[in-house]
Amino acid sequence: MAGFFSRLKQGLSRSSARLNAVFVKRQLDDETLEELEDELIAADLGPAVAGRIIEQFREKSFGENITPEEIRQTLATEISRVLNPVAQPFTLDDSRKPHVVLVVGVNGVGKTTTIGKMAHHYHQQGKSVMMVAGDTFRAAAVEQLQIWGERTGSPVIAGKPGGDAAGLAYDGLKRATEEKADLLLVDTAGRLHNQQALMDELAKIIRVMQKFDPSAPHSVLLVLDATTGQNAIEQVRVFRELVNVSGLVVTKLDGSARGGIVVALAEQFKLPVHLVGVGEQAEDLRPFSAEDYARGLVGDTKAE
Amino acid sequence: MFEQLSGRMSKVFEGLSRGEKLSEGDVTEAMREVRLAMLEADVALPVVRSFVSKVKERAVGGEVLDGVSSGQAVAKIVNDALIEALGGAGAVPLNLSAPAPIPYLLVGLQGAGKTTTAGKLALRLASRERKKVLLASLDVQRPAAQLQLQQIAEQVGGRTNGLVTSLPIEPGQGPVEIARRALDAGRREGFDIVILDTAGRLAIDEALMDEVRQVRDVAKPVETLLVVDAMTGQDAVNTAQSFKDQIGLTGVIMSRMDGDARGGAALSMKAVTGEPIKFTGSGEKMEALEEFHPERVAGRILGLGDVAGLVEKASEQLDQEEGERVAKRMLAGKFDLNDYVSQINQINRLGSISGILGMLPGMDKLKDKLAGKDLDTSIFNRHKAIISSMTAQERSAPEIIKASRKKRIALGSGTSVPEVNRLLKQFSEMSTMMKRLNKMGGLTGLMRGMGGAGGLGDMFKGMEGPGGRPPFG
Repeated sequence: MAGFFSRLKQGLSRSSARLNAVFVKRQLDDETLEELEDELIAADLGPAVAGRIIEQFREKSFGENITPEEIRQTLATEISRVLNPVAQPFTLDDSRKPHVVLVVGVNGVGKTTTIGKMAHHYHQQGKSVMMVAGDTFRAAAVEQLQIWGERTGSPVIAGKPGGDAAGLAYDGLKRATEEKADLLLVDTAGRLHNQQALMDELAKIIRVMQKFDPSAPHSVLLVLDATTGQNAIEQVRVFRELVNVSGLVVTKLDGSARGGIVVALAEQFKLPVHLVGVGEQAEDLRPFSAEDYARGLVGDTKAE
Repeated sequence: MFEQLSGRMSKVFEGLSRGEKLSEGDVTEAMREVRLAMLEADVALPVVRSFVSKVKERAVGGEVLDGVSSGQAVAKIVNDALIEALGGAGAVPLNLSAPAPIPYLLVGLQGAGKTTTAGKLALRLASRERKKVLLASLDVQRPAAQLQLQQIAEQVGGRTNGLVTSLPIEPGQGPVEIARRALDAGRREGFDIVILDTAGRLAIDEALMDEVRQVRDVAKPVETLLVVDAMTGQDAVNTAQSFKDQIGLTGVIMSRMDGDARGGAALSMKAVTGEPIKFTGSGEKMEALEEFHPERVAGRILGLGDVAGLVEKASEQLDQEEGERVAKRMLAGKFDLNDYVSQINQINRLGSISGILGMLPGMDKLKDKLAGKDLDTSIFNRHKAIISSMTAQERSAPEIIKASRKKRIALGSGTSVPEVNRLLKQFSEMSTMMKRLNKMGGLTGLMRGMGGAGGLGDMFKGMEGPGGRPPFG
């Protein structure tokens, strides 16, 4: 896990550096607290969550002369307290052949890449994986998934561009069941959460799959981009209204974005955060760890 | 949000008495609301800070009229400052004054929408400026990225008589090689513009940044445009800063403005890069690329709506002559089902109803009520189907349609007799209403009566300038 932490920390180092500048101060006064709050806001926690965390911090430690290390620790504890309940790794249900995972999200968050990485991970563990190229809308999305299929030796069920995604999902589920695959990953077209027609199409994909297996899909993963701001809350809210989102995947945490929105989401929705993307390589999709994340955010020098 | 903002501010100023000057304390309290609103809209913190302090300076010392008008006055200062911070009034066009082929470089983070934007830009340049455009993807990272651009080029090319094409893909070539090949092809084959679409990268990835720098040095782009997702959070400033420092930029394109994000990132972009935001992308369709007008986007960030944008969109998409022809027939009381179909086609061309609502001021509440749902426009298409199953005679004289004709029409259009009935009933109600309108002196007369001014055209004109906006009038 050290490797993951260093990747994450690298990504978060920017925010840590800035937070550390605040930590140099000794006495926890109003000014320090305000700066601390601003830095949390700058990490995309959002004004409300940042304000609340700082308020609790103030109650505990206001006026005390505390070391930067103590501030850091209290803050990390506070953040991981929010994140702990949602840090639940994705588990493959072996009793399902296949375990059907529907992957949804707005355009450009990295759905197809996430599916490719998941296929790679489970293929390496000796599981049989199949993928459905359900993004029939975006140019070359099918080819992108097919390349992942070749890389991971997993069959990809694909159709014509602009074709019916629900039909493809059905075919994929049928074939994966016949061949007793362990995991079926269903890609979907990116959509903005306020495009009703496209959102309806998602519901249709689920309906059609349930004609074959009433329990499918067994997981619905909503992929979020760590660079997204407060709008991520809206994305989760709307997707959840429509499909039974079972967990979140947060991508692009390796950039300079701090992904503080994860804290806001954890507080508001309490949806499990299964996986985080911390790099471009197939291996760079990892389980989400609350402590690591919180420590990375506030910059714990003792880590590793 | 503007109503909210001015409402919140009115509350702040409620206790003050008339004739006093707005003190720093009063304004500070009001600015807290602005700060919060801007942070919720994802404007970057440093940008919020400097914006708020600037606005505060301007507002302190203003005279208190009463709570409400002081709130509105300060809200207006906020709005004006926002327009200014977004780049002042008017759009900044692309630089087209360089020897052909003019190289444009598109850069941005992964998933920002560069490739789609490249296609939209090409379509715009080809259809409006009659430019011959070559698209080249330098993205050798993401699987099938080059193929994606090729497919987009085929789509756009088909609509522009081949004015847009993409560079043939040669596997194994690096970005710099592809850039060279694209410029060579651009010269040899007489292209006006070569658009280079780079691989998406993370702002902190040195190796990839280095690669774009090399491409830049080879291509010497006339425009280096940063494509940014309107939903980007606080990190927008870091992105903008590192691209500006490491590559150099001439402009910004905001993508995904059709989402419900407030687009606060636009303000951060402008503040950090100092370069104009040239376009906004809103939608999957290739024509969904609009010029960036700061005064409109400020309105959008503040929840004022984008009336001018709607008018522009409407005038581009609608067939003016056809519209006038139908309007004349309406006024003459001769509106028949053929005209109705023509109206449906016009509405379809405008796009989604909720998209239109979003552009109208004061419609936010209605939009909220629809809770993000697109209004059901499929009814129009069913109507079209029903009408197209009618004979020419039936269309111009619907009253002749009786039971057996209805049965035939329902069968032919794959609908049912009750549906045909509903359409006919609606249509007859519409006709009755129009006849009544005519008696009242026609549509224009009615509008004059309602607006108290010179009709719709004047209403829109009045709304365009910031000073003319009714909420602060």
